[in-house]
Order: sequence, then structure tokens, then C-alpha cells
Amino acid sequence: MGAGTGRGVMFSGVMATAWVTATLVAVVAGVVGFHVVVRGATFAAHAVPMSAFAGAAGAAVLGVSAIAGLGVVSPLAALGVAWLGRRRRTDVASALVIVVMLGLGALFLSWTAEYSSQVYALLFGELLGVSTQELAATAGLAVLAVAAAAVLHRPLLLTAVLPDVADGRGVSVLAADLWFLLLVAVVTTMAVPVVGTLLMFSLMVGPPAAARAVARSPRATIAASVAIALVTVWSAIALSYVTDWPVGFFVGILGAAWYLAGRAAAALAARRRPGARRQPAALAA
Amino acid sequence: MSGFFASGPVHTAVVAGAVVAVVSGVVGVFTVIRGQSFSGHALGDLGTLGGSGAFLAGVNPFFGYVTVGAAVAATMDLFGVQHRRGRDVATGIVLGAALGLAALLLYFDTTTSTTTGATITILFGSLFAVSPGTLPVMIGLGVVGLVLVAVLYRPLLLSSVSAELAAARGVRVRTVGLVFLVLVGVVVSLSAVAVGTILSTALLVGPAAAALRLTRRPLTAVVVASVLGLVATWGGVVLSYASATWPPSHTGWPVSFFVVTLVLALYLGAELVGWARARAGA
Repeated sequence: MGAGTGRGVMFSGVMATAWVTATLVAVVAGVVGFHVVVRGATFAAHAVPMSAFAGAAGAAVLGVSAIAGLGVVSPLAALGVAWLGRRRRTDVASALVIVVMLGLGALFLSWTAEYSSQVYALLFGELLGVSTQELAATAGLAVLAVAAAAVLHRPLLLTAVLPDVADGRGVSVLAADLWFLLLVAVVTTMAVPVVGTLLMFSLMVGPPAAARAVARSPRATIAASVAIALVTVWSAIALSYVTDWPVGFFVGILGAAWYLAGRAAAALAARRRPGARRQPAALAA
Repeated sequence: MSGFFASGPVHTAVVAGAVVAVVSGVVGVFTVIRGQSFSGHALGDLGTLGGSGAFLAGVNPFFGYVTVGAAVAATMDLFGVQHRRGRDVATGIVLGAALGLAALLLYFDTTTSTTTGATITILFGSLFAVSPGTLPVMIGLGVVGLVLVAVLYRPLLLSSVSAELAAARGVRVRTVGLVFLVLVGVVVSLSAVAVGTILSTALLVGPAAAALRLTRRPLTAVVVASVLGLVATWGGVVLSYASATWPPSHTGWPVSFFVVTLVLALYLGAELVGWARARAGA
């Protein structure tokens, strides 16, 4: 919310941290979001950030960095999603667990001095959500996530698109799912302080969904996804700075706008070449 | 505990909790049977937009929930959104946009009014914060909901179990579906008053799903779900009242936290009973 830093310093001081953080967040969200869309793992993209709310709230009670709390709870939430998914009980049980995690977060924050503003910041994001001290941790996580995504690129893609072939080649689908969820946990840890729990989904899914409509190969799709995510967070930060309105508002609206634009582009392309159905991006490898 | 029954907010909380528990129990059973849990969840999240808008307009958020809940439910039914279930990018993106907009309205709420805590009231609710003036409206809507379910009971149940069979018997399946989903919208708004918009799914779906683990007979399930809902809301009120002396804050733990935790505990308990029965039967 209110930066209160004046108009002339949009790119200096604490704002510099905001820009660097947002850039890192966008790159990782763009890359991991591609795998979310290819795997159709929208539930994980929704459940992990929601559950992680309790971790960030717990960190606020203990007086430690939100990134520390998120870093502990997000992987646990990711493992929980993997476990519930294997038991095929994702409906009522998981909905209730998510709700209780949110309730637990509210409980923790009710113990802190600035209950209302803390809740708001963690749910809808904050322009200055990451402090300069936390920048190193965010950068470390970003490098880790991008490196992991690069190494895991082929197995992740193979298990998502052709699970039978992956099985035949000795690539474990379960292991790939777990690695993927841990990547979602890393994005959550980095991004929740900036865009908030409720709007992580928009950032992680909007840009790659649009990118798939315009790009062919997986690599080109990832590049487009990162580019769109960058434009999203940069615009969100700039607009938030100028208007003083919440970052989450711009992320949510832009995420939806990208998605709609992607759908429109895909529909237009399909109309231009009747009969020639577009191959899924992942298959064109 | 001596002050418990003398306290005004407690009275209101107990009555509001009862209304919400009973109506949610009844409508929740059909929601679970029809596989519309996700629609209920989406309606709750979208209620955030209505609540924050109403707050900004200086109206009680409850009216925002109801208006948006009913309107969105009708739209959802017209576009057949409920058939797509939870795993859908489009639904998530729409929810994201709505929540983003709600974030903006909440931001205006906190900057334009002197009353703080709009975010907490709308998203996490509190039975203790229900204004006595809202109570008659809640009871009225609750009674209307129960009467509707009673009138529609047979066709609703038939079309929930088998749409083809219902259609063959002359039930207007589309109309019943539309009325029911609007009803879900209204019930979710009642539940949002009790535990907030993003926790409202818990009361709609939790006790009902637990009841359906315990019994297969719809009428029994409706009664059991209402009772379990009562245990959760009243238990939440009592625990929250008692927690005023608990560490670390000594200001009381949020009632919504207790309610949703009790709902989860009851659901897990029912799962356990169902599992034990299945083992004993096998």
C-alpha cells in the first residue's frame, strides 16, 4: 500500500529493491507458470499459495521475515498437495484444509499489532513487500528455481505431455510431479510478499496461458511467458506507485487481460487457417 | 462463563450461527450431492467483491454478498460454468480479476472511512460482529431458503441423482438447477457473514460432506449436517468467548478460526467413522 516516498524517486532507494524483486519474481513465475499450464496443475497453483498464508502470518508473529515463514510452509503445502492428489481426494478434504490454513493465518495475525494491514498485505500484496535485507534470499531462490527448471525441463515436459513414454524411458512421473510442486513452492515463497496470496494464481497462470497462444515451441512459449510476466509486474509496480492503489489489483486485472488476449489471438489464428488445428505448444518440441 | 449468556453480541452470534448452520446444512447436502462444491467456493470468493463494494457505499456488506451471490449464480448457471468444475484456468482467472478488484475497493474502504478492519470483516468475518439489525433479514432469507428446498425437495433430489430420469418424469431440470444455484449464492452470503467470504465454503460443504459420509439417506443427512453445523458455529462462539483470557494476546482468538477448525475436525471424524464402518462391513 502507501509507499509515501514521493514522486521523484520511483527508481531509487527502496523502490529499487521493489523493481529488482518484481523482476526476479516475474522471471520465475513465467517459467514455472509455463509448467503449471502444461500440466494442467491449476489446483496446485491455487492451493500452495493459499496454504502458505499461514506460514507468512506465523512469521509475522515470531517477528521474522515473511520469506522465512513462506519458505518453511510452502514446501510442506506442496507435499500436502502431492499427497492429497495421490489419494484422489482433492475435493472436500483439500478445500477444508486450505480454509483452515487461511483461518490459522488469520489467528496468527490477530496476535500481531497491525492485524488489518498485515492481513491485507499478505492477501493482496504490497509494493514494498520485500525489504532490501531480504533481496539476497529472493535472488538466491530465483537462481535456484531457474537452474532447477532448466535441469528438469525435459523430464517435466515429457511427463506432462506423454506420461506413458516417460514411463517407458524410466522417467518417474511421481518424481517429476514432486519436483514441479517444489518449484511452485519456491515461486510462492518469492512472490507472495509482493503480489499476495489471493493473486498468485493470476500471475502464475495468466502470462503462460497467453504465451501459449502466440508461441509454438516450448522454449519460445517460456520466453514469451517470462516477457508477459515481466510486463505485468513492471506495469503493476509503476501503476501502483503512481496511483497508490494495491499491486494485487493491477496483477489480477492484467492477468485476466492477458488471458483474454491470448484466447482472442488463438481464436483468430484458428479462423484464419480453417481445418488446421493448432498443435499444443508442448508437442511441437 | 457467567457473562456469556448476558452478553448482547453473544446472543446475536448464537442466533446468527444457528440460522447459518441449519440453512447451510440443508442446502449443503444438495450442493455436495450435485457436485457443485466448487461453484459454492467460487460464489464465496466473488462475494468479496460485493462485500467490499457495499462497504464502500456505506451499506451493510451482507447485502453486497447477497446481491453479488444471487446475480453471479444466475450468470454461472446460464453459461454452464458449474460443469467445468474446479480445474479450469478460466474460472481461476475470473476469480483473480474479481479479487483484484475487491483489493482495490478494500483499499478505498480503508482510506475513505475511519472504521478500520473492513478487510478482516469481509474476508474472515466474525459472528460477534453481526449487527442485530441484520439478524431479521438473515432469518427471513434463511426461512425462504428452507421453504424453497422443502417445496423443491422431490424434483431437486431426483434431478441431482439423475437428470435424465427427472426430465422423463416431467421435472424442469434447468429451472430447478437455476433456482438451486441462486439459492447456493444466497446461502454462501449467509455463511460469509458468519465466517467471511474466503472461509464460507467450509460451512456450506464441510458439515454436509461429513453427514453424507455417515448416512446415505438424504433427509437424515440434512438433519445431521445441520446439527454438525450447529456444533461448529456454537462451539466456535463458546471457544472464542473463552479464549479472551488465552495467551498471547488476551483479546480472544478469532471465532472464524474455531468454526473452520471444528468443521475440519468433524469432517475428519466422519471420514474415520465411515472408514471404520467399511472395514467392519468388509
